[in-house]
Amino acid sequence: MGAGHGHVLYRESDSPVHRLPPEVKIVAMVVFTLAVVATPREAFWAFGAYAVLVAAVAALARVGPRWLLSRALIELPFVLFAVALPFLGSGDRVEVLGLRLSEDGLHGAWNILAKGTLGVLASLLLAATTTTRDLIVGLDRLHCPQVLTQIATFMLRYLDVLVGEARRMRVARISRGDDPRFLWQLRGFAAGVGALFLRAFERGERVYLAMLSRGYTGRMPAVWQGEGAASAGQWLVAATVPVLAASIAATAVVLS
Amino acid sequence: MHISNGIIDGPVAAIFAALALAALTACVLRGRRDLDDRLAPMAGLVAAFIFAVQMLNFPIFTAGVSGHLLGGALAAMLVGPWVGALCVAVVLVVQALIFGDGGVAMLGLNITNMALLGTAAAYALIALLLRVLPRTRAGLAVTAFVAATLSVVVASQGFVLEYWLGGTTDLGNNLGGLAGTMAGVHLLIGIGEGLITATTVLTVAKVRPDLVYALRSLRAPAAPAVPVAGGVR
Repeated sequence: MGAGHGHVLYRESDSPVHRLPPEVKIVAMVVFTLAVVATPREAFWAFGAYAVLVAAVAALARVGPRWLLSRALIELPFVLFAVALPFLGSGDRVEVLGLRLSEDGLHGAWNILAKGTLGVLASLLLAATTTTRDLIVGLDRLHCPQVLTQIATFMLRYLDVLVGEARRMRVARISRGDDPRFLWQLRGFAAGVGALFLRAFERGERVYLAMLSRGYTGRMPAVWQGEGAASAGQWLVAATVPVLAASIAATAVVLS
Repeated sequence: MHISNGIIDGPVAAIFAALALAALTACVLRGRRDLDDRLAPMAGLVAAFIFAVQMLNFPIFTAGVSGHLLGGALAAMLVGPWVGALCVAVVLVVQALIFGDGGVAMLGLNITNMALLGTAAAYALIALLLRVLPRTRAGLAVTAFVAATLSVVVASQGFVLEYWLGGTTDLGNNLGGLAGTMAGVHLLIGIGEGLITATTVLTVAKVRPDLVYALRSLRAPAAPAVPVAGGVR
């Protein structure tokens, strides 16, 4: 439980992107994704331009292309759907390499592939440059209701508690003669899932009461202290990417 | 069940985003009243638990979404429908923002399916079954199992509805197939989810019945239990 406050995707660095306040990065990422999704799918050049934007931000954030692309595999399920679409789609059929494929399906596959990938890359860049603590501070500064930020804070905090308890229970099982291998350890795990939940809860409840007795009121100190909130200059700097993306999208809509 | 960017078209995504926003606002208003000192850490843990089980997912080839456990029934059972929906929504927001799981532009659709439809269906079933079934451990187990199983299937049909309204590729006659695939796969997922939900809820109800939200309304208003910090282990 002595782990840092980062997460698996966070890349420790001191790049200009890392130094930007989290709320600015969240807004930039959301606006960028919305611009990508609003782009008509026939505007192939626009998606190339978005990819250049993503590459530029990645270079600024010192995130390597290999790291980005290997983490982007999370969208594999959608890629597989995209591959199936040309066969499932209806409407006009076109001959491609001797296969009769649906034209609409081909366009749809490209649509999902391009927009999905760009969205995943944008969120990976946010993840690589923002710790989970900063993410919550950012959401709070964006006036996300306190109930939600509170649940999110505890969720991220208790993930470690949950993983830690699961590890301790596994060690306890093994030291009592259990010999878990591959899928068979699922049975032991499933039988103990209720106990795991309860143990994690009681540990989490103690953490919560300890926080309360030290003056926790439901918000992170960094928020009500108001330090490090974004300045107008930082908003302007970070606005370059979403504004560029939005103008690309607008151009694509007008041209199509 | 996460929908990626570009699978559903913009206008439909926007409509569902507005719908999800309105429903979540209602949940925030109602949930605030529920969230006391006992429910706050429980909500966090339920969200963490759901986050963890949703990591296990596999692709459904012909549907464009991933299959995994949803956790709506567990949330409805332990923290109630309002905070429960918020827990699942928080999981989805964090997944979309930093893990790239489910597109940010599709967040409204994902929240509608998994956080709202799933949790609402589960809670409706829980409320009904707890009244009908005998108040025994078996009754509680059946309630949790059925609510979890069916809520997953209901949530999966939410995707089918959204695809029918605004799928970016016209599947023609294959839409029925899509509905069938989604229902079939999610029935299997639902059975797994039902087993996990029933085991977890039974254990919690046995050791700390005060923590099960769904059982609160059924008992006579007992004296508020003192949280036993560092208690039974």
